[in-house]
Amino acid sequence: MFESLSSMASTMLCGFSSTPTTSPTLQDHCKKKLKMGSFDRTIFSGKKKRNHSIKTMSNQIHDRRGIPWLPLRFLIFNRRIFIYFLSCGRITLALAVNVSRFEGVTMAPPDPILGVSEAFKADTNEMKLNLGVGDYRTEELQPYVLNVVKKAENLILKRGENKEYLPIEGLAAFNNATAELLFGRDNPVIEQQRVATVQGLSGTGSLRLAAALIERYFPGAKVLISSPTWGNHKNIFNDARVPWSEYRYYDPKTIGLDFDGMISDIKAAPDGSFVLLHGCAHNPTGIDPTPEQWEKIADVIQEKKHLPFFDVAYQGFASGSLDADASSVRLFAARGMELLVAQSYSKNLGLYSERIGAINVLCSSADAAARVKSQLKRLARPMYSNPPIHGARIVANVVGNPELFNEWEEEMELMASRIKSVRQKLFDSLSAKDKSGKDWSFILKQIGMFSFTGLSKAQSDNMTNKWHVYMTKDGRISLAGLSSVKCEYLADAIVDSFHNVK
Amino acid sequence: MWRRCLWRRGISSSAAGWWDHVGAAPKDPILGVTEAFLADTSPRKINLGVGAYRDDEGRPVVLQCVRGAETKLAGSQFLESLPNAVNTKLVEESVQLVYGKETDIVQERRFAGIQALSGTGACRLFAEFQRRFYPESPIYLPVPTWSNHHNIWRDAQVPVRTFRYYHPDSKGLYFGALMDDIKSAPDNSFFLLHPCAHNPTGVDPNEEQWREISHEFKVKNHFPFFDMAYQGLASGDIDTDSKAIKIFREDGHLIGCAQSFTKIMGLYGHRVGCLSILSVDENQAIAVRSQLQQIARAMYSSPPVHGSLLVSTILGDSQLKALWEEEVKAMVARIIRMRAKLRESLEKLDSPLNWEHITNQVGMFCFSGLSPEYVDHLARKFHIYMTRDGRISMAGVTTSNVDYLANAIHEVTRFGQEDSSQRRSFNAFIPHISYAN
Repeated sequence: MFESLSSMASTMLCGFSSTPTTSPTLQDHCKKKLKMGSFDRTIFSGKKKRNHSIKTMSNQIHDRRGIPWLPLRFLIFNRRIFIYFLSCGRITLALAVNVSRFEGVTMAPPDPILGVSEAFKADTNEMKLNLGVGDYRTEELQPYVLNVVKKAENLILKRGENKEYLPIEGLAAFNNATAELLFGRDNPVIEQQRVATVQGLSGTGSLRLAAALIERYFPGAKVLISSPTWGNHKNIFNDARVPWSEYRYYDPKTIGLDFDGMISDIKAAPDGSFVLLHGCAHNPTGIDPTPEQWEKIADVIQEKKHLPFFDVAYQGFASGSLDADASSVRLFAARGMELLVAQSYSKNLGLYSERIGAINVLCSSADAAARVKSQLKRLARPMYSNPPIHGARIVANVVGNPELFNEWEEEMELMASRIKSVRQKLFDSLSAKDKSGKDWSFILKQIGMFSFTGLSKAQSDNMTNKWHVYMTKDGRISLAGLSSVKCEYLADAIVDSFHNVK
Repeated sequence: MWRRCLWRRGISSSAAGWWDHVGAAPKDPILGVTEAFLADTSPRKINLGVGAYRDDEGRPVVLQCVRGAETKLAGSQFLESLPNAVNTKLVEESVQLVYGKETDIVQERRFAGIQALSGTGACRLFAEFQRRFYPESPIYLPVPTWSNHHNIWRDAQVPVRTFRYYHPDSKGLYFGALMDDIKSAPDNSFFLLHPCAHNPTGVDPNEEQWREISHEFKVKNHFPFFDMAYQGLASGDIDTDSKAIKIFREDGHLIGCAQSFTKIMGLYGHRVGCLSILSVDENQAIAVRSQLQQIARAMYSSPPVHGSLLVSTILGDSQLKALWEEEVKAMVARIIRMRAKLRESLEKLDSPLNWEHITNQVGMFCFSGLSPEYVDHLARKFHIYMTRDGRISMAGVTTSNVDYLANAIHEVTRFGQEDSSQRRSFNAFIPHISYAN
């Protein structure tokens, strides 16, 4: 460590003077000072004692010695060593104290999605509207705990079940229920045991497990993600060290699907890539391929020997029907394709904060599924050991109880209908208020919680700054946060932003 | 590129399944024991593998304070907008527990705290954070340590080194070697320490030894990272068990600490923990926290709320907290009784071996010194399951099975072979998980 420090110091010296002989002195001086174990705060020639933070020290040098300011902070590997330069080029050491190992850690940028909610909370205007995060709200704009969830929790409480560890792969009843929900109970792939299902921490956790699996077994293989996509997808693949590239998806001209662009980008990618697809209710656009388009997407994926990787976060929530929303996944499975599916119960069961989801890998054989499951477990163990139990029990109770299951389907239908009705109301308000003749029907064609309004960043900023409507800067609004009484106000805001801000 | 791998193996890629090259993973050395135990149909079977507390009938326990918290929560209308508030409260309670409520660290908010997925999750967040800001710097793990520590830092792509900790002959702390290894490690290294109830050995430094370690850490400027999984379960007292951390703090170290509520509150399945990193001031704490949140966001977005609600309810309610502290003392008392009984039974059987370590060691585990061969023999013949390093979870020992256990251990070890078995069991410290397919 001292070697690298002194060599770096020598390199820096070259820019200022030609006294390379200081390097050994630096090293010895360092070692001597540290062996004393003292918190000596002397700087400069050691004659004066001052209490300086590193920042003021570096400013001092800049001021006193007329040396062009250097980013001296980066030299600080050791919290007790601080290097600065005298004008003649000699280096002397000083010791700074109580500087944390993580002194240089800077503030991470705020999360673009969650940051919206934070800004909303801080706003005191009474007209404010939070259309940022995709959490379902009732017509009264209150969070909604599903009745079936309350009933399931009561059942769990009454039974007084224990709190033992789940196995690494999660609750078996939950895993089975999830695979059946996704592929259909009577799907041959279930009976053939070709689906490896591992409980994960909602959609994010399941995606991360899959990303880690890809990184380990397909090093260098790329994941193709739609442009745009959910903001956290990139973070997940970056942190998992999986390379990614984008395929065209959203066409701003039509505010619809750029199908040709999508197909040609998937074709252009190297064979054997992973193609991340939103199973239904694309986030953030709300634009889904039609069934015919799904067939063509499957064609090109098979042709290129890619692996389809579905992110299913809204099953049942998009159309109100669990089966309809899983049709894209089932279409691919019916073709005999292997695939990955990350699944979440955050939205459709309102279990946002319980972090319940699953990663499913449909394999060519039961043996492959067993092996893949064992490797997913091996990835999960050093992440969190085993998954949390509460959400899994709720899902297992709801899905496993026919009465509760039916009630769940009804509640999902209610949530989906409310969103469809605010879409309609918004469209009606926009058509009435916008006299320019712009076609706003894309709002009705989109599906799910979100709508891509087509507003630019500047226009989205206007929505927030002028109208106190909080949304993400890509023009996405969460209809789940919109009540029918606010549709007219929102329409006013959109019309104003679209036409008056460039 | 992976397709070239397939070609090299002579597999036609058109006929190949995507996952053909993926082998079956070996079972986890700790959790795999439970799997084997569950598959065993013998009525005499005993699970001494995973460190989950059992009562004297061998049944899992849900603490009364937890039931109390559940009842208290059942009435309230839980809204999903609460999680941030819940997580913040959990962190507040956690740092007060480990550092002390009245300390300057807590009062001046000089900590970056984030709720984590139990101890594993807290360690993993720290490992990822370490790699992000000190990509070349390895972590030093004690020999032996909880096997999953190796997996965690390895999967975070942090190089792993070890330092000597346990001496198999004395079955105690290898203090001289430990100090040598601390001194010979390069300055500014990251070290993982167990502040109490070392897992798997149950061997802890005493107070003077902790002071010496802390002093040497100052000299070498090492970063101490504590994995606090058993606060209260070592001695029965919350403050006593955080003494090591107090010593380091008083010496001015800005430590990192992973906390787990899994065992100390019996919330195994809920995955509640906390990671805290101490800082010079509140601003730095905020910056560090923001980075930790970013790492968590890409792993699971946010932690599960139910367990943290239970923990913060218990710690925030003086009655429930007092009840919890009593229940912890009771768990510790039962474990100490079982330690005494096991040692007594073995000595009564005239075992040729020295079993003092059973009562000398602290916490949930007894590092028996049994070799992997003996461990396998105990499983095959006697249906007694423990990890292959000879670690016994004393929580699984009951009044009704302790004699059976003592007899079984005596049976497999009665013919001595102590020397060779000790050396073999020392080799068992190397964790078994590897990347081989």
